[in-house]
Amino acid sequence: MSNSRERIFNSLRRGLGRGPEDAKAQAAVNARLSAMARNLVPQRAQLPHPQQVKLFIEKITALTVTVQRVASTAAVPDAVADYLVLHNLPTEIRMAPHDELRALPWQKRPLLQLSEGPGRATDLVSLTPAFAGIAETGTLMLHSGPQNPTTLHFTPDNHIVVLRASQISGSMEDAFAKLRAQVGGADHWPRTVNMVTGPSRTADIEGVPVLGAHGPRRLHVVLIEDVPQDAAQAQQP
Amino acid sequence: MSAHITSPAFKDNAKAALADPNLRKAMAIIAGPMAGRRVESASELPEFEALRDEAVKIKNHTLAHMDIYLERFEAAATARGAHVHWCRTPREARETVLALCRSRNARTVTKGKSMVTEEIGLNAFLEQHSIQPVETDLGEYIIQLAHEPPSHIIGPALHKTREQVAELFEEHHPDYAPNGIKPGPRSTEPQTLVSEARAVLRERYFQADVGITGANFLVAENGATMIVTNEGNGDLTQSLPKMHIVVTSIEKVIPTLEDVSTILRVLARSATGQEMSVYTTVSCGPKRPDDADGPEEMHIVLLDNGRSEMLGGELQELMRCIRCGACMNNCPVYQSVGGHAYGWVYPGPIGAALDPHLIGLEAAQHLPNASTFCGKCQEVCPMRIPLPKIMRHWREQAHDKRITPPMQRWGIEAWAWLAQRPALYRLATRIGMTALRAVAGSKGRLRSLPLADGWTAQRDFPAPQPGGSFMAQWKSGRRR
Amino acid sequence: MLTPPQEAPHNPRVGLFVTCLVDLFRPSVGFASVKLLEEAGCRLEVPDAQVCCGQPAYNSGDRKDTAAIARQVIEAFDGYDYVVAPSGSCAGMLRDHYPALFAGDPEMKARAEAFAARVWELTSFLVDVLKLETIQATLPAKATYHDSCSGLRELGVKRQPRQLLAGVNGLELIESPAAETCCGFGGTFCVKYGEVSADIAGRKTQAIKETGADLLLAGDMGCLMNMAGKLQREGAAVTVRHVAEVLAGMTDQPGIGEPNWGGSEPR
Repeated sequence: MSNSRERIFNSLRRGLGRGPEDAKAQAAVNARLSAMARNLVPQRAQLPHPQQVKLFIEKITALTVTVQRVASTAAVPDAVADYLVLHNLPTEIRMAPHDELRALPWQKRPLLQLSEGPGRATDLVSLTPAFAGIAETGTLMLHSGPQNPTTLHFTPDNHIVVLRASQISGSMEDAFAKLRAQVGGADHWPRTVNMVTGPSRTADIEGVPVLGAHGPRRLHVVLIEDVPQDAAQAQQP
Repeated sequence: MSAHITSPAFKDNAKAALADPNLRKAMAIIAGPMAGRRVESASELPEFEALRDEAVKIKNHTLAHMDIYLERFEAAATARGAHVHWCRTPREARETVLALCRSRNARTVTKGKSMVTEEIGLNAFLEQHSIQPVETDLGEYIIQLAHEPPSHIIGPALHKTREQVAELFEEHHPDYAPNGIKPGPRSTEPQTLVSEARAVLRERYFQADVGITGANFLVAENGATMIVTNEGNGDLTQSLPKMHIVVTSIEKVIPTLEDVSTILRVLARSATGQEMSVYTTVSCGPKRPDDADGPEEMHIVLLDNGRSEMLGGELQELMRCIRCGACMNNCPVYQSVGGHAYGWVYPGPIGAALDPHLIGLEAAQHLPNASTFCGKCQEVCPMRIPLPKIMRHWREQAHDKRITPPMQRWGIEAWAWLAQRPALYRLATRIGMTALRAVAGSKGRLRSLPLADGWTAQRDFPAPQPGGSFMAQWKSGRRR
Repeated sequence: MLTPPQEAPHNPRVGLFVTCLVDLFRPSVGFASVKLLEEAGCRLEVPDAQVCCGQPAYNSGDRKDTAAIARQVIEAFDGYDYVVAPSGSCAGMLRDHYPALFAGDPEMKARAEAFAARVWELTSFLVDVLKLETIQATLPAKATYHDSCSGLRELGVKRQPRQLLAGVNGLELIESPAAETCCGFGGTFCVKYGEVSADIAGRKTQAIKETGADLLLAGDMGCLMNMAGKLQREGAAVTVRHVAEVLAGMTDQPGIGEPNWGGSEPR
């Protein structure tokens, strides 16, 4: 197949009318890859943070994602338990083995049965953290890692995501930049980054939208309002 | 042996399609709600037109540096632990995939939606070698059960009615029990049918030895492949089995995630009218040592199949295509005949422009001809591909290479010869028009016309106005 | 889409590109165009050496013959301030496609480009160049307008005919949601793929009938003959006319494809 590789590249360069070591072309590519410059970003993705949070909630709600806003991490177990009751779900939860989730005061809700690990065919409810929320489209960004099995984003019927308001950003570009900064560049990029915009859906039968094709039928966000309210108000234009 | 070709029979295919009442229903959905959602979502984003321009610029830049971006992609993907396989032909790609499957002693492979695997005829090939491919995208799954090719690049089974889907499930699912009650009355509710497919496919994801997906983008920046789906089947396909094989083509390469972000803004809106598809996934190599889940091996099979030859020529702009399907949703011809009539993997305007290159002009000659040149495809194409211009290029090739049927060619050449001799033209047309007027009489129109049955079978033909041609009347002094 | 000249010449010398379908099938559209242009102050001429714009050959892939026809048209219209056609399709051909036919011949290409810059579709010329704001005409009817594809997408003809029709006394314009949808004509397509063409035409006439209009207008004879033929086969009571006839107040002739009981000579 190495021969094929060579022939494909020869053919590409024939079409481009230049050789492989064209300095100008190499420089153009280097410049673009190192600049990682943003193209046009819609106005709506560049709002001040409090409005980003508002837009994010509007967008995910329109996608039929449910949101429960809580004041602090301490309230998360209650929010999770309430959700299970509301939807008449069993108390078993498959949870990402993530430090922040482990640190939550689960002892407050002793009836919840938490197990940790990747997704299984039979799981009904999963609980995971998210890396970011993207206000522009109501998208959750989640990534793989030792504490983040990505199968939990897809196998269960119900996916509960814990997100902090401070993790919400305006655009995809903002979220990608944040992730690059956190992992330390492209070389340390996680195996998988999932951008999830609403529950699983299909319109493959007569174009009729139906939720829960293969991934979760329901997506629920527990939003920790960790940005002080007055600070948020002060930023209002 | 790529996907089966019936393009030479376009006229017969079209005739059959026009007589199929189920297809009429399905096409009304594509032309109505599907095309409508695009307009709505585009109008909700003030920057939509400007984003199209940006997306075009990104792709043009990438194509002008395609070799270098592909090298960078390969280097980055390899550094993440993925293996990149370069394949010039569908055959090489099929054999590469087969060898990979065999290295895992695979019996079952799950598949996310991939038009390139359709292009290389992968499913039939794997079956011949005793490996069972299981399509997991609902639409692909339905047509796999029906042993049919896709009729639309993003809605492969849109030509099937709910009743037909229910029949297929009844035939193929031994435990099919609508609403969980057995034996139950057959439900044709899409919700029930979706749940049935979900339940059946769920087991398959966990049993599969290999998962095959396509890719919407290859990101040069970090060596990632990306898929954009709504169902989540692609993610289950690629994260549960031990081996993930990405089968895609070289023109999917794109420089950075910033560039991807821009194109994503026009992709889903153009395809389904969503702002974002539900799942956009960036995949970078296999499971890391500490990862909680993921495939142990990741292979990226990159198909050329003549694409590299499109650079620098009339067809280069086709490589901007992001496979959104807007051109077909909005094409009056596609809306009449559906995707199967085109007779190969890529239907509609994009197929009419691309297929002649991929399967040969002789086989595909009808496709660029079966267009009214209304220009709607170019108007809606997020990447502003001049599809009518490329179809015209193929018509010129067919004329020059004498692939056009002789009668048609002679007819046009005779007409053109006459059109260059105004006096003779006027004499000939005067005779013709006089005859038409005589036959029509005072009725003003004709119900049949020799040699123009294609028109008069279902339409009257308006007769020329009385009094002779405009030029004749003008010359005789009439002014008003 | 088109940039009209800053200042149009006062009584411009205009060559009418009649178009082959108007010439052969519907001369009344030609005379209506003459009337509109002369009343708007143009010195109008009809060059004798014109035949057709060459689209049948061009769309059949016969580039060589198309170029020969284009050269003939360019020469026939040498020296006019403007070339005006009562057709978006033909004007689009002259304006958007002629220059590309002479890619290998710089001198001819320059001529074709200079020619193209002087070409206008009729309603667009009246509104965008002559700055005509309204016209005097009367026709009591409920009309719907079909935007022919080339005029709409190549030349940006959309607002101009509507602006002029708004001045027609008694005329009510009902917009169809499918106004911008192709009628299925497509030149030789309508015969080569007749069944597909007729099916597209059927969807179009359905949309036309749903507007409740009794008059269908457009600016292109090809589309009009196609839609008229389909409507009449369906027995629909919709009169079909070229927009120029209505704007010129010349609607004494029967509509396209309608019986002409009153003898054979036009008045």
